[in-house]
Amino acid sequence: MDLSFTSEENAFREEVRTFLKENLPADIREKLVQGLHSSKDDLVRWTRILNKKGWAVPHWPVAYGGTGWTPVQQYIWLEEQMLAPAPQTLAFGVSMVGPVIYTFGTEEQKKKYLPAIANLDTWWSQGFSEPGAGSDLAGLKTTARREGDEYVVNGQKTWTTLGQHGDMIFMLVRTDPNAKKQEGISFLLIDMKTKGITVRPIKTIDGGHEVNEVFFDDVRVPVENLVGQENKGWDYAKFLLGNERVGIARVGASKERIRRIKQLAASEKDGDRPIIENPRFREKLAAIEVELKALEMTQLRVVAAERNREKGKPDPASSILKIKGSELQQAITELALEVAGPYVAPFREEKEGHGWNEPPAGPDWASPLAPAYFNYRKVSIYGGSNEIQKNIIAKAILGL
Amino acid sequence: MDFDLSEEQRMLKDSVERLVADKYDFDQRKQHLKGEHGFSKEIWAQFAELGLLALPFSEADGGFGGGAVETMIVMETLGRALAVEPYLATVVLSGGLLRHAASAEQRATYIPKIAGGEAIFAFAHGERRARYNLAHVETKAKKDGDGWIIDGEKSLVLNGDAADYLIVSARIAGNANDRDGIGLFIVDARAPGVTRRGYWNQDATRAAEISFAGVKVDAAHVLGEPGKALPVIERVTDEAIAALCAEAVGGMGAAHADTVEYLKTRKQFGVTIGSFQSLQHRAVEMFVFIEQARSITYFATMMAGESNAAERARAMSAAKIQIGRSVRFVGQQSVQLHGGVGMTYELKVGHYFKRGTCIDMLYGDADHHLAKLASMGGLIAA
Repeated sequence: MDLSFTSEENAFREEVRTFLKENLPADIREKLVQGLHSSKDDLVRWTRILNKKGWAVPHWPVAYGGTGWTPVQQYIWLEEQMLAPAPQTLAFGVSMVGPVIYTFGTEEQKKKYLPAIANLDTWWSQGFSEPGAGSDLAGLKTTARREGDEYVVNGQKTWTTLGQHGDMIFMLVRTDPNAKKQEGISFLLIDMKTKGITVRPIKTIDGGHEVNEVFFDDVRVPVENLVGQENKGWDYAKFLLGNERVGIARVGASKERIRRIKQLAASEKDGDRPIIENPRFREKLAAIEVELKALEMTQLRVVAAERNREKGKPDPASSILKIKGSELQQAITELALEVAGPYVAPFREEKEGHGWNEPPAGPDWASPLAPAYFNYRKVSIYGGSNEIQKNIIAKAILGL
Repeated sequence: MDFDLSEEQRMLKDSVERLVADKYDFDQRKQHLKGEHGFSKEIWAQFAELGLLALPFSEADGGFGGGAVETMIVMETLGRALAVEPYLATVVLSGGLLRHAASAEQRATYIPKIAGGEAIFAFAHGERRARYNLAHVETKAKKDGDGWIIDGEKSLVLNGDAADYLIVSARIAGNANDRDGIGLFIVDARAPGVTRRGYWNQDATRAAEISFAGVKVDAAHVLGEPGKALPVIERVTDEAIAALCAEAVGGMGAAHADTVEYLKTRKQFGVTIGSFQSLQHRAVEMFVFIEQARSITYFATMMAGESNAAERARAMSAAKIQIGRSVRFVGQQSVQLHGGVGMTYELKVGHYFKRGTCIDMLYGDADHHLAKLASMGGLIAA
């Protein structure tokens, strides 16, 4: 047992830091510091910088463009990106459909899709949830009926994050309506420009447009867009959902937000006294930092145990990362409100990915705080709600 | 970064676990509590035989050169067994003071006594008005020729009643809360002028109130540089905090295991109560609290040897906050999920609850450390 990073790992961290310092465009970074949303162009620009360096998909097998880093190196990379802060590459491509394609896809699919994911030439969206299939995902109803060399897809998907930019969407569709619900599902890749697809925005409580609903009306999809075998889609979905567990805690991002809060709270005053000197505020902040430190160590435990684990089998302990990570992200957005105080209230419209439409009432930095707080209620809901995570731990770890 | 145990560490863990499995179930523990000072001399002798009492001392001093990780392994297992032997008082606290402050001659005299299980040591530091302030020492040491004379009252001295030797902190200069002016003295617990009153703690450990009236100590029994003892006391307390965190994790893990087992067997309304989602989720919340506690214990263990005292103090405060919150939730819910039977003295979970509560209160409870960490600026630099 050695609870410190090796000198090689520390050297790697330095290398990553230097790369980020020299290559992350200042305007992209600044938006994130301010708590603004990145534009599509920001993400494309950044992904291509990474891809040129060979770091766009570090966790993929080397044959498909991965770096061959150890789990600890992957962790360091992730953490340093969040601390920079740099935008995270589009998870729907690099963490979700990419691994499904290189694990279960045909050679043609690999050739066609993987390089385009790494370079963000193709913007992928996720078509899993439906109005009637949330936590009970396997209850999905969107159908794909085989007609010759095509599937005909009908139904509705929802909560499609950033689907407004989508070029392609990976879908769970029902191909056998008579089978047990998990056994009649297939995994399809669909071009979002196909006739019969309609994307409609869903406005969320923060006033933003992040998610969409997507309608499918007799959408014709070539059979070569099926991944793996027909009716085996649930297995691929489970594989997909089991990936990218380590990043889900977002410890680096939470640290970066705490730094930001500390800076703001040192400059904003209540009377003559900076907010940071209010003992009650300081203690709330310290309490979050402690839990975050514990979570960081929990995350490292999961990362370090990875090499002893069977490939593709997620550690059920990673459910803790989701539960605690989301709670802490939310607690941080909540605490940020206290820094702004009364300036939480004024609403200011954000131009999607391009800053603000109007001047602030009060301090400029206060405007994104309330929307972030409202918006971050999502993190304990998406990716399997925290209640579902508790069901998973109860069953898989406690045997209840 | 590697959380796997080395071969030696695994052997250590196996040997402690085997001892506890053979000699320390809950019924056997009741017998151990009937020992002269509330613990078993036989178990202590077995600790010595296994090398546990020599564990943290350097090989040059006749020890095994174990570090914080080895102490963590032992303490976690002792925590699971609810062991009441004076391991913390003798090996971690007093042993720590000897390791960090004793002269070669003193080490040669006292470390073999600890390692061989021949003598119990206790650290007589706390006082009635000190609460968690380690610098608060009113007990006086007055120069007397080459030696010193100690007068004062020490309180909450863990295993002070069983001790053959007391390591006593006393002020040689300055006022009660000054950081400077504290000395450490090795005192024969049966020396003239030492009066002890031993008592039980809530968790079935033992402590003593000890008064020192004109107790003479010669120069050979001064530990470290008189007046400069506080940094050593802080360092050893930090090591004790890391050790206590591990003990708490062991206890919480066992209480949780008992609770989950109960959920799987207890039937009401014709089904096992573990089939109820509200109880499942509570058990999961306990699990999360325990895993967070285990993680922060690794952090504390990693930082126990940190030479930068401020960084070490931050880490120990962080650990104590998480541990305090975890033991409270896990302890209370272990009792709650057992229902009425959880209230009984006969059942083990209540005893884990009590031990956890006492651990929270040792060397600063969660709120004390929260205020301290907050005033130090937290863990993350702005």
